[in-house]
Formats: sequence, C-alpha cells, structure tokens
Amino acid sequence: MIDLMALLNKMLSASGLSGFEGPIREIIHEAWEPLTDELSVSKIGSLHGLKVGQGEVPRRRVLISAHMDAIGMMVTHIQDGLMRITEVGGIDHRILPGQLVTVHGREALPGMVIQPPAYLLPESVGDGPIEMKYLFVDVGLRPDVVNEKVRVGDTVSFAQAPLELSGEALAGHTLDNRVSVAATTLCLDALQNRLHDWDVWAVASAQEEETLGGALTSPFDLRPDMAIVIDVCFAQGPGSSDWRSIPFGEGVGLGYGPNIHPALYQAFEEKAKSLEIPHHRDLMPKMSGTDAMAIQIVAEGIPCMVLGIPLRYMHTPVETVSLKDIRRAGRLMAEFIADLKPDALDQIQWEE
Amino acid sequence: MTEKLEKTTQKVPQIGTSQIDLLERLCNATAVSGDEHEVRQIVLEEIKPIADDIKVDALGNVLATKLGRGEVRVRVMLAAHMDEIGFMIVKKHDDGLFEFDRVGGIDERQLPGKSVLVGREHLPGVIGAKPIHMTTADERKNKIEVSAMRIDLGPEIGDKVKPGDRATFATRFEILGPSIRAKALDNRFGVATLIELCKHAPDNIDLLAAFTVQEEVGLRGARVAAYTFDPHMAIAIDSTPAYDLPHWDDEDENDRYNTRLDAGPAIYVMDSATIADRRLVNWLLETAQDAGIPYQLRQPGGGGTDAGAIHKTRTGIPSISVSVPARYAHSAASIARRDDWVNTLRLLYTALSRVTPELLAGERRD
Repeated sequence: MIDLMALLNKMLSASGLSGFEGPIREIIHEAWEPLTDELSVSKIGSLHGLKVGQGEVPRRRVLISAHMDAIGMMVTHIQDGLMRITEVGGIDHRILPGQLVTVHGREALPGMVIQPPAYLLPESVGDGPIEMKYLFVDVGLRPDVVNEKVRVGDTVSFAQAPLELSGEALAGHTLDNRVSVAATTLCLDALQNRLHDWDVWAVASAQEEETLGGALTSPFDLRPDMAIVIDVCFAQGPGSSDWRSIPFGEGVGLGYGPNIHPALYQAFEEKAKSLEIPHHRDLMPKMSGTDAMAIQIVAEGIPCMVLGIPLRYMHTPVETVSLKDIRRAGRLMAEFIADLKPDALDQIQWEE
Repeated sequence: MTEKLEKTTQKVPQIGTSQIDLLERLCNATAVSGDEHEVRQIVLEEIKPIADDIKVDALGNVLATKLGRGEVRVRVMLAAHMDEIGFMIVKKHDDGLFEFDRVGGIDERQLPGKSVLVGREHLPGVIGAKPIHMTTADERKNKIEVSAMRIDLGPEIGDKVKPGDRATFATRFEILGPSIRAKALDNRFGVATLIELCKHAPDNIDLLAAFTVQEEVGLRGARVAAYTFDPHMAIAIDSTPAYDLPHWDDEDENDRYNTRLDAGPAIYVMDSATIADRRLVNWLLETAQDAGIPYQLRQPGGGGTDAGAIHKTRTGIPSISVSVPARYAHSAASIARRDDWVNTLRLLYTALSRVTPELLAGERRD
C-alpha cells in the first residue's frame, strides 16, 4: 500500500517549475521504479514508465498523462540584494505579496515576495493591486552575497509548507498537479495485483503550464492507442460557484467537451457508475486546459479522456484538495485499465 | 571608553542559542490583541523565577519588578507589547468556511493565498483566492476585498472553530543567513529583549518590566501599566519598519526609509504619538557613541509605540522608544537582522547601567 500523505508531502517538498522538472522527476522515478517494468526520460524531460500488459503481442497501449511541472517565478533583475521577478505559468499577481518562496540560485535560498510601500511605487498604484514588476523577493542576505549566489534566470518556487485540514483535505502549493501524479502512482500500485491486457505507459509530463511540450512529444514517441489525461479541475468554493466548478471532495470530474472522445467519456462514466465511484460531469465547452489539448492532435490523432481531481484556489500556494478524490481517481483509472479487452478499441467509435 | 563603561560592556547579555530559541517560541505563539494568553504564559515562565514581584493586571499585562541595590534608584519602566496583529473569526458558513475580520493594521493585499492557524489548538486553515483562470483582466485591476475572503478549515471542522476564535499567519520562524524571518517580530523582539534585561537587570535602577497587551488596537495596556508602576521614566521597546527598498523607477533616491537594516537600534525623536524627552534621546545617543554601538535615528514621522500612552499618564512620564528595525511588519513574515537585535540589547543594557538621578534632574530641556 502506498502512504498517500507521505508521498504527497515528499513530492511537494521538491521543486520542478516548467522546464526545470529535475528534482520532482527524481522523486517520481523513485516512486514508480518498483511499480513499472522500465523507466526512461524523454528529450524534453518527461518521465515515461512502462508497465507491460499480459495480452498477446502486439498489445494495445494506453497512456496516462499527469503533468509534473509547477508554476512559479523567475528572477529578472537584481538590485540592492533584492530580486525582481516574472511568472512561470499563470499567476494572479494579487496573491503574491507576503508569499514564502525558495530562490534556486547557486544554493536553495529561502525568502519571501514583498510589496514595497506606496511611496516607492508609481502614484497610479494607490492602494490597488501591485503588478508583478513592482514586487521584489528578499532572501535576507546582504547585497554582495546575493550577487554571488543568484543570477537572472534562476527559478523561484513557492515554499509554504503543506497543511492538513479537517476531513482529509490537504492545502499547499503545486497540488496542481502533483495530486494527479499521486493518483497515477496509486493506479500503478493497484495494477500490481491485476491482470491487464494492455501495456500501460505512465507519463509524468513536462512543461504543461507553459508550452504543453511534454504532452506534444511523449505520445509521438510512445504512440498510444488511447490516452487518459489526469489533471486538477475547479472545485466549488469561495470565488468559484458557477458551472465550471464541481463539488469539493465529492468525486472525480469526468471531462466532457471537444478534447474528449465521447465514447471514452461514456466508458468512464459507466465504469464509475458500476463501481459506485462518485463522479461529476466536468463541462469543457472549448479547450480543456490540460495535456489533452496537445495529446489529441499528436500524429494521426489520439482518443483522449480527461479526469479531474477537484481543487480549490488553483494557482495559489494554498491549493486545497481532498485525499478521497485522489484515491477515487487512482482506483477509477486502475479499474478501467484492468478491464480493457484486447479489442476494446472497437468500442471507441463515433456513432453513425 | 572609560574603565567603568568597559566593565559594563563586558556584562552585556549575549544573544546565543537559548535566546534565539526563546524568540522562536515567542514568534510561533499566537497572541492577537485581546487574547495574549500564549505569550503571557511564556513570559511568566521565564520571569517568575527571577522577579522580586510579579502580577497580571486587569487587562492582562504582566507587570514584573526587579529591584536594584543602591540607595537612590531611578524607577525605569520598560514596556514591550506582547500582542500581534491577526484575525478574529466572525461568522461560520457551510463547508468548513469562515468569515473573518482583521485585528490591527493589516493591508488586505497581504491576505489572499495565505496559511493561517486558528484558535488555541492552532488548527490549520487557508485564505484562498479565486483561480486566475476564472478572473478577468478587469477584475485583476481591483484588490480582493476582505469581505470576499474566507478561512477554509476543511469540510469536517464541525464545532472545533467558533466565531470569536483568533487566528494568525501560519509562518514559522526561520534563520536566513544573517537574518531572521518570522511572523510577529513586531513585537516579540521587544518581549525577548525585555526578558533578557530582566534576567540581567543592572542594579543601579529599579527595573519595572511591563509586558503589555492591546498595543496594536490603541496602546491600551501600556496606559494602565504606566499608572500602576508610576515610574520616573520609561522606554518602549518595539520593532519598527525598515522601508530601505529601492524606488520603483530605480532613479529616484528612497529618502523615506524610516529605518535601515544593519544600521543598529532605531532611536526615536518623534513619531505620531510621542515627542521623546530630549534628555533621554541624548542619553541614548551618547551611550551608543561612547560604547561604539551602531545606532540610527528613526526618521521622524508616523507610527507610534507604547510610549504614546505612557508619557501622558498621571502627571507625565519622560519617555522614549527604541526599536529593532524589521522589514515587512504586519504581513505574513518580517525579515530582520540578528545583529540589529544584538545591538539593541547592547544599547539598552549599557544605557540603563549608566542611569543616575542626574539624568532626570531639573526640567525637561532641549
């Protein structure tokens, strides 16, 4: 059995901004090593894990894509020992003042994002939100030491320690999308004791938050017959109550829209119903905002499903998730994959 | 340096591991104005074994006396406020969500996306924010109002949190090279400094230590503490902002820094609550110069300390403030230099050791 909380805490302690996934990739490598038959790293930095199926050769392949990269910041300028920053991935500048961060210079330097007082800012700012270009990072070191240890282009990651809230809820930075890597790990673990005909390629993809680079290249290399993309989705909570959000802690999101093959959606919905795994249709009328946007159009096209783990406060350092939903997503994927017959692709058809 | 001053210098209390550990405990404790219990307990634990007299008054101030030995002794009140800015839970909503209000001066722009600890049990919670994906460019031009924020304690919090419970930022104490990063350095620096001064009280004075309450909501504890002690003079020991950051356009000089890190203890001439007694200003400046202790004059201007209440108590009490400079006060964490704290303690100890009745003889003068 995987200790989910321990795995999450370990993954959340590692940095891994888009394009700089090294530290998190090592931790996932370690977690997947006993659960897969081979592991490799793609040219763009995604981790590929193969769990060989028991069906006859040639076997069909299912790819699970969970992006491992994190949003964060990057140093653009250093002045008087303080660092100006820009964003990596999408960050609302209004959540930045006062955030604890780590600057990945010649060594990891703890610091915080700071908001200068009004009279050091343009008058137009007033008491309104402060654009990212006016914020600084302070690492508490004197200017000469900062100049030695930090360079323009160094990454800055969020550093607030994860907190366990009531009711098996976890709050922290980068739960988008380490929770999906964790769910994928639970799925691989569950498949250890199951026969499955298909080969399973678990991919911890790189650069989802910036370029979708991982999701465009890994499927080209692995040529799966179908792909399950797992990512976080919006949970209902303060500031998000409309149709784009599904309830918090009450089941997995099943993506529905142009990025998703409708027959795969239906197969997942039926599977969830038969297993009594709580689930909600997660409407994605245009783009899904996930790896599926890229995977679907790789080579001659790949049928995709998108699973969502509901998350509050997305892209803040206090993203909040229910562990129950992570387990549900892991179980749903494992059951779906274990039940894939060699000819399952025949069912993934357009109604005519 | 005179021989006497040199002897004093040798006796200055040091900041070592145990003092840093105490500061860490003090910073990590929760003591929002009006509910200073946790810090009061630490203070009592530290001071009880050494004080000649100690009591907790009607507001919750800790008043401790350490008597000197000479025949003529100046009664010096030292005040350090125990309380910190924070939050009070004001309304329970569904789904583990709570409405809250701010206690003390907190910029609401510092709140979205922060972790907090709620109540005596320090239950973890978060102040979330709408996902950026769901905001519009226009929306992001406006700050997020406190009334729209909630503290989220998770779906099964039940009755463990109630309106009235206090909360603080969850930031834990950390050493960053020459600096300290912690919440509530305003004013656990003052509390830790005053504890050390009590433990190493110079015997030429009666040291009247007031660990005060409710400074952040109007200097309320200090007023009654000063009345009770009826001292000859008073010093408020606090922490003051260092705004020593560059100007946004990198061209203009920042000439309104208030104080600077690494420049030593900040001596007050005037803030918006007090015009310091000039005799005390000179006494501190001369002490710093004679003993070679780095110091800075806090830029006269806004802000206030417990001295604002103390100096107008009874018939008036000659007062001054000394602060440890710290960046980013009243946010999730401050950053301050350990050396500035060391030098604040040095300055206060050395200056107190030279107090004689002559310091206050005659009238207030320039």
